[in-house]
Amino acid sequence: MERFAKGLTSFALFLTIAFLLLPIVVVIPVSFTEAPIFAFPPEGFSLQWYGRIRNVDGLLSALGLSAQIAALSTAISLLLGTLCAIALVRGRLPGAESVATFMVSPLMLPGLVLGIAMLQAMRELGLRDAWLSLLIAHVVITMPFIMRTVLASLSLFDFAMVDAARTLGCSYPLAIWRVLVPNILPGFVSGALFAFIASFDNYPVSMFLVDVRTKTLPIQLLNYLEISPDPTLAAVSTLLILLTIFVLFLCDRLVGLRRMASI
Amino acid sequence: MMAPASTGRKLDPLAFLALPGLIFMALVFLGPLLLMLWSSIYGAEGFTVSGYARVLGDDYYIKVIGQTLQLALITTVGALILGYPAAFALARAKGWRQVVLFALVFLPLTVSIIVKSFGWGIVLRRDGILNWLMLNLGLIERPIRMIFTEFALYAGMINVFLPFMVLPIYSVVRMMDPRLPDAAATLGASPWFRFTRVTLPLSLPGVVAGVSIVFSLAVAAYVTPSLLMGDRYMTMSMVMAKAFLNLRDWQLGAAMAAVLLTLAVVVVIGAAILQRRLGTAKGS
Repeated sequence: MERFAKGLTSFALFLTIAFLLLPIVVVIPVSFTEAPIFAFPPEGFSLQWYGRIRNVDGLLSALGLSAQIAALSTAISLLLGTLCAIALVRGRLPGAESVATFMVSPLMLPGLVLGIAMLQAMRELGLRDAWLSLLIAHVVITMPFIMRTVLASLSLFDFAMVDAARTLGCSYPLAIWRVLVPNILPGFVSGALFAFIASFDNYPVSMFLVDVRTKTLPIQLLNYLEISPDPTLAAVSTLLILLTIFVLFLCDRLVGLRRMASI
Repeated sequence: MMAPASTGRKLDPLAFLALPGLIFMALVFLGPLLLMLWSSIYGAEGFTVSGYARVLGDDYYIKVIGQTLQLALITTVGALILGYPAAFALARAKGWRQVVLFALVFLPLTVSIIVKSFGWGIVLRRDGILNWLMLNLGLIERPIRMIFTEFALYAGMINVFLPFMVLPIYSVVRMMDPRLPDAAATLGASPWFRFTRVTLPLSLPGVVAGVSIVFSLAVAAYVTPSLLMGDRYMTMSMVMAKAFLNLRDWQLGAAMAAVLLTLAVVVVIGAAILQRRLGTAKGS
């Protein structure tokens, strides 16, 4: 009975992982096919679709835009979010818990609702600049990720250590730099990486804010998928998958994946 | 320099550091949200409930809401059936194996949803991998149509949201004392009794968390249903997107958004209350 239960759960885990990886793994062989269709098994081997990426209209500019928006919004969230987290942990703020919930709440909201609310507000204010609208909206998207990880690492940090460094003759800024920063840096970096990915991949909010000339990568990819699906998409997807694996590896080195997922 | 935390409840000057972030979020997040709710009841001719009247009074939209709830429910139940036992196996694994298995469950979360939906298309096509596999195994004689069927939609949705079920259950099960079921066994409890009276109740907080996350994400899903089914299976999110982007019927879109928002918030708050109850019941 016991062994039966163990076997059953192991089988469920195997099934889960196979099922989860299936749509991700199939993309890779298709990107090396010679034929201009997605048929399985792929025919021959060629790198032509990777070469094609450069020629697809708007793909590289969309990639640039997405990277730019993701980097900038993450940086702004890091600045605002860290200040806020310090205030929440050290400021003896009444209702600190509610403030923290509020700052994390965009994560619990349907993405589309957020996008629609943003669109309406921007129209109401007469803000027609797609780039700026995207940036503002993506700060809201990235904020919860930063708040969660920075709050978690700050509340784990023992502030008596800063006082100890002061007692041992460090100046206050030096104590912060030598003691606080190295301790909370891993949380910072992994929070920032996750925020970056969340912004980079976002579809439901961005779809309301883009215009004809300003399109983020997910929007452009979906457009391309609808208009002229060919294995170029598989090539782009393969590169994106490699990028996420690299980021995950980085996160694991920095904080350990399991800790990452729990905060 | 830093006052010990015990002295008084006076506001520390550091508290003001929260202001820039708070003001920013109030302006660009809370403001637009309230504006949207306001615009769902206030139109060009003053107060109106016409948006809600249409959303909640029209058979078509009622059907859309029903379909959305059904899709979210099937996704949640499917993810629970597969994810619950898988979480136990994941928690039981040791050392480097656990790290690898964990990474494999976690990786799909970070892969773009567009890439995953695109991959599902390749899997389910008439000349795709699943048909190819079943043909070669002799299970079918000619390729069957799977894409754009409800089966494809359910499978795709479960695929996207399954990690959100496994991870919370895993983190609760990992903290569980493995000696408890053993103790129950020593006292003569049957395996079924051990599961229903010891293991299951202890894992419930994880189940509640997983179910609420998966349900509230699935009820709002847009990319997966629109890519895998399109207009054949309208969900609330798709109606909203259409109302805003094609029909320019903001009242309708805002009302639908408010209904969806209410659903999501009710699930999140309900889960939080349930969590607290479970927490106090066991004193953990």
